[in-house]
Amino acid sequence: MRQERPEASGKIPSVLVANRGEIARRVLRTARQMRIRGVAVYSDADADLPYVREADEAVHIGPAPPARSYLDVAAILEAAHKTRAAAVHPGYGFLAENADFARQVIAAGLTWVGPDPAAIEQMGDKIRARNLMERAGVPVSPGSREPVTDAAAAVAEAERIGFPVMVKAAAGGGGIGMGVAAGPADLHAAFETARSRAERFFGSPEILLERYVQRARHVEVQILGLADGRVLALGERDCSVQRRHQKVAEETPSPGVSVALREQMLAAAVRAGEAVAYRGAGTVECLVDTEAGSFVFLEMNTRLQVEHPVTELVTGIDLVEQQLLIAAGQPPSFDPAAVMSAGHALELRIYAEDPVRFLPGPGTITQWDEPSGEGIRVDAGYQAGNTVTPFYDPLLAKLCVHAADRERALERAAEAVAAFAIAGPKTNLRFHAELLTSPEFVSGDYDTSLISKMRPS
Amino acid sequence: MAKVRAEMVANVWKVVAAEGDHVDDGDTLVILESMKMEIPVLADSAGTVTTMHVAEGDVVQEGDLIAEIS
Repeated sequence: MRQERPEASGKIPSVLVANRGEIARRVLRTARQMRIRGVAVYSDADADLPYVREADEAVHIGPAPPARSYLDVAAILEAAHKTRAAAVHPGYGFLAENADFARQVIAAGLTWVGPDPAAIEQMGDKIRARNLMERAGVPVSPGSREPVTDAAAAVAEAERIGFPVMVKAAAGGGGIGMGVAAGPADLHAAFETARSRAERFFGSPEILLERYVQRARHVEVQILGLADGRVLALGERDCSVQRRHQKVAEETPSPGVSVALREQMLAAAVRAGEAVAYRGAGTVECLVDTEAGSFVFLEMNTRLQVEHPVTELVTGIDLVEQQLLIAAGQPPSFDPAAVMSAGHALELRIYAEDPVRFLPGPGTITQWDEPSGEGIRVDAGYQAGNTVTPFYDPLLAKLCVHAADRERALERAAEAVAAFAIAGPKTNLRFHAELLTSPEFVSGDYDTSLISKMRPS
Repeated sequence: MAKVRAEMVANVWKVVAAEGDHVDDGDTLVILESMKMEIPVLADSAGTVTTMHVAEGDVVQEGDLIAEIS
């Protein structure tokens, strides 16, 4: 069967979203607004989810385990073929940063809604990315220039870099397998854990070490590589509220970044994007040393980020719309010379986990009442009656708020959290209520150790 | 006889201890996986694993029996 080709105007006629849950629903929403036919794919576990029901078409691609559904390239390409989809949007996670998948999508004659596969590859290898950034004039922390292969080599490397060190998978992401070693004694265990998880989750045992910054904020810059080759920076997001190295809440602007530092970070992020001829939406993650007031490059995510809504709320730019336009070779829907950021936005990730130890708590949803109103946006993957299974990440919904300033955004967020009622699975809503009244978070002067201070073990 | 149960819905990723093994308090019996997180299930007393009720790839519900130690 012949695939639909982009129309003469350059518009993509249809898009298959190779993902699930809230992000599939979110991408399909913009596709619908752009009058692009939206195709969903789903596993056995997700047949009743809202994104499947709302899509123009939905294709069952396999059983619940991701390896047999959302990571099954052949099944996804077959679904695209069967529905005559013209483009593939990967969302985040799963195959979003898999360069081979991107190549296969392109080889099948489809439009890949993402950067060039070569850029994914360059940034996906954290060691290569660090080296590349250093050459592009983006600050990096002291760390490995090549993969560390065994524990003995790790000790030698850590001594060269200087303890404490962060141990992580070169092919990794999402905080999985990351560990901190304060000295040679902890390094062995951290190295072995990182290596086994790297192999299991990312299919590569390569490890890198980086100097660990003690008091750091995790701040990232949203970039957008336009079809004409220009790279724009659309402001930063502070993602320092983390448990197990994974983000729980994000805000923009960052209360810990000065005007001068922001200017430097945005300029560095543009250089990072230019170094790989980046096209589409991407994120340059940095660590900000709160004591020194400086920053270093951490990694670049070559896809739409979970927390992209906060940027959308303050800029008024629909990032998914820009992705779909850029993929078709079109100019953006806004004037790049007149990007304005207004007010303050916050995202709270509502996870199916207990609010104290943050352990997974899947289950069937018996009640789901979302808050609504001015300045409130909920990107939800579920509704009442759905079952949250152990097969996928614990994200149920993203509760986002926008207000004129940070103080009012925090107030609005607290009201929205109180109004959000979910029964069935465990949820971390109570944690968010605590976060929004914790003196450290409210002051804005916090770093990545915030949650461990709120929850001393 | 100590019964070790699952704390949550999860997939059994790895079975670490086998029937007949001697385990100490705090040893890992199995590793569960739920929502992209690995959760080790530990022995809460020393003894011999008399029965292992799960195999790799099983899905356990909250409260399901994982192993018995005596």
